[in-house]
Amino acid sequence: MDEALLRTLTPTVICILVRRGADFAAAEDAVQEALVEGLRVWPDDLPRDPRGWLVTVAWRRFLDAARADSSRRRREERLQDEPAPGPAQGGDDALELYFRCAHPSLTPGSAVALTLRAVGGLTTRQIAQAYLVPEATMAQRISRAKRTVSGVRFDQLGDVGTVLRVLYLVFNEGYSGDVDLASEAIRLTRQLAASIDHEEVAGLLALMLLHHARRPARTDGGGRLVPLAEQDRSRWDTDLIAEGVDVVQTALACDRLGEYQAQAAIAALHADAPTADETDWVQIVEWYDELVRLTDSPVARLNRAVAVGEADGPRAGLAALEPLDPALPRHTAVAAYLHERDGDPATAARLYAEAARAASSLQERDHLTRQAARLNALLRD
Amino acid sequence: MTKYLLLKHYRGGPAPLCDTQMDQWAPEEVSAHLQYMGDFAARLEGTGEFVDGQALSPEGTFVRYDGEGRAPVTDGPFAETKDLIAGWMVIDVESYDRALELAAELSAAPGPRGEPLREWLEVRPFLSAPSTIAE
Repeated sequence: MDEALLRTLTPTVICILVRRGADFAAAEDAVQEALVEGLRVWPDDLPRDPRGWLVTVAWRRFLDAARADSSRRRREERLQDEPAPGPAQGGDDALELYFRCAHPSLTPGSAVALTLRAVGGLTTRQIAQAYLVPEATMAQRISRAKRTVSGVRFDQLGDVGTVLRVLYLVFNEGYSGDVDLASEAIRLTRQLAASIDHEEVAGLLALMLLHHARRPARTDGGGRLVPLAEQDRSRWDTDLIAEGVDVVQTALACDRLGEYQAQAAIAALHADAPTADETDWVQIVEWYDELVRLTDSPVARLNRAVAVGEADGPRAGLAALEPLDPALPRHTAVAAYLHERDGDPATAARLYAEAARAASSLQERDHLTRQAARLNALLRD
Repeated sequence: MTKYLLLKHYRGGPAPLCDTQMDQWAPEEVSAHLQYMGDFAARLEGTGEFVDGQALSPEGTFVRYDGEGRAPVTDGPFAETKDLIAGWMVIDVESYDRALELAAELSAAPGPRGEPLREWLEVRPFLSAPSTIAE
């Protein structure tokens, strides 16, 4: 609870310090220190005005740091002469923070780390644990990122697409740890959607909600990956699905389609099917056509081949797979699946084993190995 | 980002370009080599790409379970095993190309006469968590 409050307040407090004259990098450092202090003392003594407390502590830390840096002495004197600041204004500053932390000059990994710290209010240690790197390494990654974007002017902050890509990464490639990065990505996207009216922000939010809804069914008790078709749909979170469907429908009604809306529409069609057999694959293929048109992405084409295989039969799926680069991740796994559906278990088993060797995640590899073993056992009988 | 293991083999890789064992180098050549490795790790920490680095003793033992209530069976050490791991470094980088670039830099650590050793290093990606959005 305290921690959630601290996280929510972090971007606001950074903005207040910046408005008082601190540069972004120094403000962010000072707020991070105040945040760590808050995590330590709040559980025993929650301040009556948490935001005021954070501003006071962060400002003091900022002045301490400025004082310690003798080269900043003159600027510090100027700062202390400034009039007291007013209350934090609306969401615009916070929005600027999203853009700055996702700036195109940053590598994706740096943008993710900086966003989680400055916008998400996570500590460096939490981010390091989530991404399984030492805290010192993560601290350096963040401070380099800050140096890169510190001087960027507001009118050079890039477009909303860069912000969405970073949030997508946090959601999609979040590792495990104490911090639930998927929920954190949803929280940040929700917050962004509240301060900017943009169909693709809504599209991404819907996409996340619809996938998050399936999380309880995605792995079994032993941590095994359960494919969509075999998931126990009664374990899907119907509230999240209802919200996701609502958000994507509202966005689609604006008639400015984008890749996240298209992906959310596909996820909504899956969510809408009471059983895997009742999935509307014909409509899903149509959405993949849109997605391919919008992104020209090979991954979208690969997923489209799977959908074509379901809508028009495995031969059609294999024909859609034919022109694609076999080096694409999951290409061999898709081919294995389609060959099995086409009644060729020997080819499928060989391809599943090959796909397992090329898998990039442990759960995926284990899943593919089990598929190969299942077919090989059938073939022996 | 993806984590890669940079694996250094005493034996088992392609034939080394420099076949003088380190204990035959001049002491200052050894120091320069070790200094380079240390500096390299420190620099990677600075770029936010360092995860771990360890060296291994060349002496190893094979162990296996031998049934309930029985002591583990050990075998070795073997002087002539085909492959012998000397140590590793784990990095967390944006791309495969970056992993290759860093491995090449590490391989340039100085050897005899201060010339780059050009050791072979094996680069292997870690298996990661599966992505949430798959279809």
